[in-house]
Amino acid sequence: MLIDTYINLSYLVGAVAFVWGLRLLSSPDTARKGNILAGIGMGIAIVATLVAPLTGADNNYLWIFGGFVIGGFAGWIAAKKIQMTAMPQMVSVFNGLGGACATVLAMAELIKYYDGMMQMSLGQLSIVLVTLLIGAVSFTGSMLAFGKLDGFIKDKHVILPGHTIVNLVLLIAVLVLAVILIVQGQTAGIVMAVIFLVLALIYGFSFVAPIGGADMPVVISLLNSFTGLSAAAAGLIYGNQIMLVGGILVGAAGTILTVLMCEAMNRSLMNVIIGGFGSAGASSSATDGDQVAKVATITDASIQMFYANSVMFVPGYGLAVAQAQKVLKELDDLLENNGVDVKYAIHPVAGRMPGHMNVLLAEADVPYPKLLDLDDANAALKDTDTVVIVGANDVVNPAALDDPGSPIYGMPVLEVWNAKNVIVLKRSMSPGYAGIQNPLFFHDKNRMLFGDAKDSIQQLVQEVKDM
Amino acid sequence: METALEFFNEQLIMIYLLIFTIILGFEVISKVPTVLHTPLMSGANAVSGVVIIGAILLVRQAEPTDYVQLSLGTFGVILGMVNVIGGFTVTDRMLEMFKKKKK
Repeated sequence: MLIDTYINLSYLVGAVAFVWGLRLLSSPDTARKGNILAGIGMGIAIVATLVAPLTGADNNYLWIFGGFVIGGFAGWIAAKKIQMTAMPQMVSVFNGLGGACATVLAMAELIKYYDGMMQMSLGQLSIVLVTLLIGAVSFTGSMLAFGKLDGFIKDKHVILPGHTIVNLVLLIAVLVLAVILIVQGQTAGIVMAVIFLVLALIYGFSFVAPIGGADMPVVISLLNSFTGLSAAAAGLIYGNQIMLVGGILVGAAGTILTVLMCEAMNRSLMNVIIGGFGSAGASSSATDGDQVAKVATITDASIQMFYANSVMFVPGYGLAVAQAQKVLKELDDLLENNGVDVKYAIHPVAGRMPGHMNVLLAEADVPYPKLLDLDDANAALKDTDTVVIVGANDVVNPAALDDPGSPIYGMPVLEVWNAKNVIVLKRSMSPGYAGIQNPLFFHDKNRMLFGDAKDSIQQLVQEVKDM
Repeated sequence: METALEFFNEQLIMIYLLIFTIILGFEVISKVPTVLHTPLMSGANAVSGVVIIGAILLVRQAEPTDYVQLSLGTFGVILGMVNVIGGFTVTDRMLEMFKKKKK
């Protein structure tokens, strides 16, 4: 009996460590401590679960430790080797595995149930099915998000005609089947449960399929929240408090980020889920066909930066793709040494996950105070001489303010055209990921500097050095 | 309806915990600066690996000859462990970078 008390006490300590850890994690000075604290909480919870007395259990510790070694090793290697630029992919994969774990647990319960090895009340059965559903959606959704972020799956490969209707039909089918399973109880049989699983997996894939590009930060946050909820639901299956607390906290964190990302784009979650940018009307504002964008040479661009009083870089997903963050910092240092005031404008949805640009620039050692958020950047842009856009597109699109026909109309953007000069580093004139034409490219103040961002910046570094 | 009420009574403590944790979660995390969005997400992600506890319980309670349950449980342990170890490690790596430049 005493040992039970210790176990429960350990779970309590673990749960408090989760809450406190996440609290510390949301403030810059204490974030690292918070992560470690949450990790300690997890360690305590795992050890407590290992030693908790279970009457009549065979323990099978060998299997568990085998799983620890394999999973721990794989996770550790992946986390150590991954490039910072590939962070969104990594987060998606880890997230998907959490969902998969919950799905596996729910499936194991269902197998026992339909074998007649155990009984469940209607409530318990419902919770198992909810765990399975959310976990499965989170799993396949995250895997597809990973594929899209890594670039080996293109949106056009996975979007069906009338995809919204397909998704709706799938969702209804999943829910109807869930009701049937609950009503029929044990007589439904394992085959029905497997069909439910397969449908849930397909739905997860199909649900993420039409969401792409600039909407990725929203969907990643949302999937993160799903995984948390599936863990919490699994906690209800086992009547385990720390699983419930941990899962709900993750669900809350994911939901908060989802809301923040939606706000940053001034769109509702429904709007993001239903209408991907790409399908919303890519051609509606392609009215700049006859206009010609003016081109800058490396020399022009470097002169504009070197003799400026202030330069503002606007990084976007292209910076991550070109892995240009370190060479950008080099350019920043050179300019600073010549008395140029250098700042960075960070749009909340720049990149493919919440805070993506902050991570990249931190890797390149750019000091935090040089990063301006949307409002500060827009205020500072009026007094900025030269803006250099590195791989960003939709977040600097003036159509968001003045073209009601544009799919991104209403989204707050960085008003870079208020600066004296703009230089856009871009590989070609093709519209961005979202498929929306950007009138900024044809703006009087703008010059295009074509080429791979990393190459271009390297050449700029060389030019500035020679000045 | 009857069963729903019964279930509610059985799970009363868990339901309290559920609701209070939701409120607590939103209160504790609500104001996250942009710079921490990614670490928060990835740290929270690691916490969602808490589902591994269910997998451990599953394996411990399985019959030593029930290879279906053992395999599923162990698979769950592997998935959960990747999430836990990978998640906390990668978050720490990110936060280390944030700290470095403060000096």
